[in-house]
Amino acid sequence: MLNYSLRRLAWAFPTLLLLITVAFFMIRVAPGGPFDSEKNLPAEIEQNLNAKYHLDEPLVQQYFRYLGQILRFDFGPSFQYRDWTVNQLIAKGFPVSLSIGALAMLLSFTLGTGIGTIAALRQNSILDHGLMGFAMLGISIPNFVIAPLLILVISVYMGWLPSGGWEWHWRNMVLPVITLAMPVTAYIARLMRGSMIEVLHSDFIRTARAKGLSEITVIRRHAMKPALLPVISFMGPALAGLITGSVVIEKIFAIPGIGSFFVQGAMNRDYTLVMGVVIFYGALIILFNFLVDLIYAWLNPRIHYK
Amino acid sequence: MPKPRTMAKPGKILLEVEQLEVLFKTRDGVVRAVNKLDFSMVSGETLAIVGESGSGKSQTALAIMKLLAANGKARGSAKFYGRNLLEMTATEINEVRGEHIAMIFQDPTSSLNPYMTIEEQMLEILVRHRQMSRKDARLRALEMLTQVDIPDPERRIRQYPHEYSGGMQQRVLIAMGLLCQPELLIADEPTTALDVTVQDQIKRLMRELKEKSNTSILLITHDLGVVAGLADKVLVMYAGQLVECAPVDEIFYRPRHPYTAALLKAVPRLDHVGDYDMHPIPGNPPNLLNLPTGCPFRTRCAEAFDACHEMPVVREVTPGHSLRCHLDGGALK
Repeated sequence: MLNYSLRRLAWAFPTLLLLITVAFFMIRVAPGGPFDSEKNLPAEIEQNLNAKYHLDEPLVQQYFRYLGQILRFDFGPSFQYRDWTVNQLIAKGFPVSLSIGALAMLLSFTLGTGIGTIAALRQNSILDHGLMGFAMLGISIPNFVIAPLLILVISVYMGWLPSGGWEWHWRNMVLPVITLAMPVTAYIARLMRGSMIEVLHSDFIRTARAKGLSEITVIRRHAMKPALLPVISFMGPALAGLITGSVVIEKIFAIPGIGSFFVQGAMNRDYTLVMGVVIFYGALIILFNFLVDLIYAWLNPRIHYK
Repeated sequence: MPKPRTMAKPGKILLEVEQLEVLFKTRDGVVRAVNKLDFSMVSGETLAIVGESGSGKSQTALAIMKLLAANGKARGSAKFYGRNLLEMTATEINEVRGEHIAMIFQDPTSSLNPYMTIEEQMLEILVRHRQMSRKDARLRALEMLTQVDIPDPERRIRQYPHEYSGGMQQRVLIAMGLLCQPELLIADEPTTALDVTVQDQIKRLMRELKEKSNTSILLITHDLGVVAGLADKVLVMYAGQLVECAPVDEIFYRPRHPYTAALLKAVPRLDHVGDYDMHPIPGNPPNLLNLPTGCPFRTRCAEAFDACHEMPVVREVTPGHSLRCHLDGGALK
């Protein structure tokens, strides 16, 4: 197991290198540059800027310079947010995105698996159809519709919670967390319902029932673990997505997370910022997929990593 | 281990099934998998129910345990020591399952929970029914594993099902079933999913357990070899109905129903190598959604005549030998 973990970790490096390389050249292939604007800059100023940020060097040289920086965990200065380095931007925004994303995942996981299990136990009942109908709504209504609706009802009509803005206080987290969690909850609920129904039809559940165990014990001891497996494998990549923030939610609720950097960085050709968030996101995906594999092995005794 | 129970003098009626019907609602209509079945078992007795696939033998067993699929429904009665199992609430049947009636299934690999150790799966029965401490339960489980010839039980009990061979898995399931010394063990095709050599081990094990303990066995099978070695009484089912029920020797040496006779004839024999022909029963079992009028076997029966368009009733031809046929079988050999 330790052997496997080390090997997986070692594989992370070539994967990341590939990601860095593709992202680096792709963003530079895109037309325009970080200092293009509607007003044309005087040629000397543009030259000076390019020289300062090493944009006048041959591309290959820039690439290796960048790799060198990455090895020192230095993502460089942002081209757009002057006075900020990419490291500082991520360090400031990530805790915000992380807390909202992690809370949303926690909420989705508990609620989703709960709803899915109940629906599976009452398969084809009115309750099941009702819950799955709501789940379908949760998946299909986009968050830019749900968020303004929540703001309208909870903040404007009821005045219970702030409509946006950020402080480290639960009042500022509730609405963004709910908005973010809604489609994920719905998805997990559907996933859980399907896998629970399948598990409940398996022979070993019949054996468990033949032992005289109560229905609750059968579910809790025998059915829960296998039914959770598909949910777990969905959660790894999903969690990486959630904690790196959502542009829509950050815009609507005015939250200073890192989600908007993905879009803004690309629009502004802020090369270093785009690279920073892409590498960060990629590393998180690799990490969470690895964790999912470990949890899988822990849940399923038939899996042995060598 | 003392056990409070309404025990069990030999000869006392253990299970009495009357007018049992199992119905399944399907898209194409209601399927009558078991049709007005009557039989009874006395304590210590082993009854084998035999028949082709789809004859209703497994559904009979599942109905008794109240383990039918969600679209299935049982009617009639199945009295266990006088109490109708079919009318029990979930709590009541759970007191019976595992403690008084245990069941083992066809495919041992899928019948054990792959995510739990053998220890967890065995101990939960004793903790549930006997309120045993884990330590005592573990000792009892080890004792049972030894009885079913699991080598090195101390080590084996901590393993997961996938670390066992198919034959060992079935032996573990038998050990699990017998943990609480149930009065009745229902074995639903216990050897079908196993290799022939392993089948033999399981047969021998079941015979041993039968001789040692006072447990009655309701054996569901289509393997007449298992029946011959184990059963006291045989019930032959066809299309959800009883066609013949008699002591094992009567069935093997004096079968009276043409179907029983055909089943026995269809068994390939090793002592007739060379000029030997197979004797399969022509045709297929009838569609339960669309049974022929009268005797359901008449379309495949070599002896069928006009009267077979009327459903024969079950009658006792000699004491302890019941038959559903217009002929009395005397002519059939």
